Amino acid sequence: MNRLGAAESPDGVGKRPALAAVSAALRSWEGFLALLLVCIIGLNAFNTASFLSVENQINLFVLSIEKAIIALIMAFIILNAEIDLSVASMMGLSACALGWLVQQGVAAPAALLACLLIGALGGAFNGFWITVVRLPSLVVTLAMLIGFRGMARVLVEDRSIKEFPAWFEALGQQPLIGPIPLSMMIFFAFLVLAVVILQYSGFGRQVRIIGISEEVARYSGIQVARVKMILFTASGLVAAIAGILFAARLGTVRGDMGLGFELDIITIVLLGGVSIFGGSGSILGVILAILIVLYLRNGMALSNITGHVQTGVIGIILIMSAMIPNIRGFADRVRARGARRK
Amino acid sequence: MSALAAWVRNMRAETRREWVLVLIIILVLFGFSLIIENYLNARLFNRVTTSVAILAILAIGQTLVVLTRNIDLSVGSIVGFTAYFVGQQLSLNNEMEPLLAVLMAVGIGAALGAFNGVIVAYCGVPAIIVTLGTLALYRTLLVEYSDAQTILTVNLPQWLLDFPRLNALSYGRLNLRVVVVVMIAVAIVFQLLLRHSLFGRRLYAIGSSPEAARNAGFATKRLIFSAFVLCGALAGLTGFLFLARFGNITVVAGLGFELKSVAAVVVGGVNIFGGSGSILGAVLGAGLIDLLENSLIRSLQISEFLRDALLGLLILAAVAADRLLMKRRRGP
Repeated sequence: MNRLGAAESPDGVGKRPALAAVSAALRSWEGFLALLLVCIIGLNAFNTASFLSVENQINLFVLSIEKAIIALIMAFIILNAEIDLSVASMMGLSACALGWLVQQGVAAPAALLACLLIGALGGAFNGFWITVVRLPSLVVTLAMLIGFRGMARVLVEDRSIKEFPAWFEALGQQPLIGPIPLSMMIFFAFLVLAVVILQYSGFGRQVRIIGISEEVARYSGIQVARVKMILFTASGLVAAIAGILFAARLGTVRGDMGLGFELDIITIVLLGGVSIFGGSGSILGVILAILIVLYLRNGMALSNITGHVQTGVIGIILIMSAMIPNIRGFADRVRARGARRK
Repeated sequence: MSALAAWVRNMRAETRREWVLVLIIILVLFGFSLIIENYLNARLFNRVTTSVAILAILAIGQTLVVLTRNIDLSVGSIVGFTAYFVGQQLSLNNEMEPLLAVLMAVGIGAALGAFNGVIVAYCGVPAIIVTLGTLALYRTLLVEYSDAQTILTVNLPQWLLDFPRLNALSYGRLNLRVVVVVMIAVAIVFQLLLRHSLFGRRLYAIGSSPEAARNAGFATKRLIFSAFVLCGALAGLTGFLFLARFGNITVVAGLGFELKSVAAVVVGGVNIFGGSGSILGAVLGAGLIDLLENSLIRSLQISEFLRDALLGLLILAAVAADRLLMKRRRGP
């Protein structure tokens, strides 16, 4: 992987005057990610013939669909210069609550609604401490990472629950329309929603402005607390939905479901070029990062590389991808100079 | 009474915060002594002080990094890697000098910390990204290196297994373990370093305003690098103590310690955005978290499954209480 990253990076800056259009696209972070993605797809397809088959494509997507869904809302949170470490625990909590409620004899639809409510309330709880008490989100969501996980354990203790109705499991495991399962459709729906909200709505612009400077946002009349409250509530809700999908896909819930997923999710968002300091980044970058991570993991799995090494490789890519922005910073400066000249 | 009020008013913010923590710890002790029979005894003291030593040393390292407006999320993996590596060396060679084993642990930790430090300080990559990456990377190294083998207590030298129970001082049934003395020594050294040395004051300066620190001519890159190396070294030391305490080391050793250390630091009143906080605060924060954990285990009315749920809420409550108390006292 090392080799790949090094091979691409010079293209981003190298030929400035010539091939202006191409190099302009490559200079952007998304362009770099796209190039990386093409290389990974090429390598995978070259290594394993079955890689490009529709089944494998859908399969590899579905295997990490929960992380992909949460990455979308996490992008908003990080754009807003905040962070939510409690998402994976909330996933576990909603899945376990679902299992527990169904086991107690609650009808599945009512249990699903209850889980969504738990997600929204949990997210709002985070939001309360962040916006009203004004504690740093890192601290609040770190505490709730422990807290939500603990609540999940209270519900299922150390058992696993698998008494779900057949239709629920079928929804999670079988394709719904053509070869596409429900979870993927939900992901695409969220994707469209995320792009529309972030790029074309006033709310999306407010999120960005708060991320660039909270003070400026406040002075320009943006209700900062309201925006943050909405984001954290939405984050909890989306995490709960992901938890439900996870439960449906596995057909069983346990207290440690999704343990440590928050780090994977944040890795995806940061790799996607969303600045950890807030304000800059795009959904396109996040999508490319999701694909890169999924394809890499799938490609390595097809070549019999174990999960731990995969994680290590993702870690290296994350660091390298953040080192290359020295180039991105350079490109931004070049662009800024060009803009000034105009 | 007015003398007391004046004393409180004239206290430095950090000192005040430490007293608030002491107050909270006393309240927790009092609260649990009402719930649990025979709670305040020597065993509680022995157990909590021993287990807090491990977390506190890690929290001290984390404090150094957090003060400079950075964070080290890879410490859990460093603890795991050093514990495994040193454990393996000691299993293979039971005759190894104890001091050499400790130095090995500290050295490996420092090397892993230096890798973080180079990338953060000299390549300008945000610490949260770098250490999130090395969190995965160091764990992978451990998994690959261990080849799914476990370090077993039976293969370790006897002195190591005896080490956690070694007493420095005993009074009745109260035992002050050597481990705790090590922790206190580390805390004192770093507290003095931060309060009185140029190096320490500059770490605060960087955290308060990186730009101002740079303009003042401080070698900010080198200072941040040193903070990461020291943090890694202390994580290595923690790894050694972890090995001594638990004996059986698998590839999941130290998993989740990074979050615990960050929790200890923030409960201890170290500003997560750098620039303020103290070692004593971090140690007290670690103490509070460990005390809560241990007490929740002891209380029979509270099921073991409720423990984590309560722990999360109590951490939040401790931070919020600190926030509110500090705000009121800072007033007019």
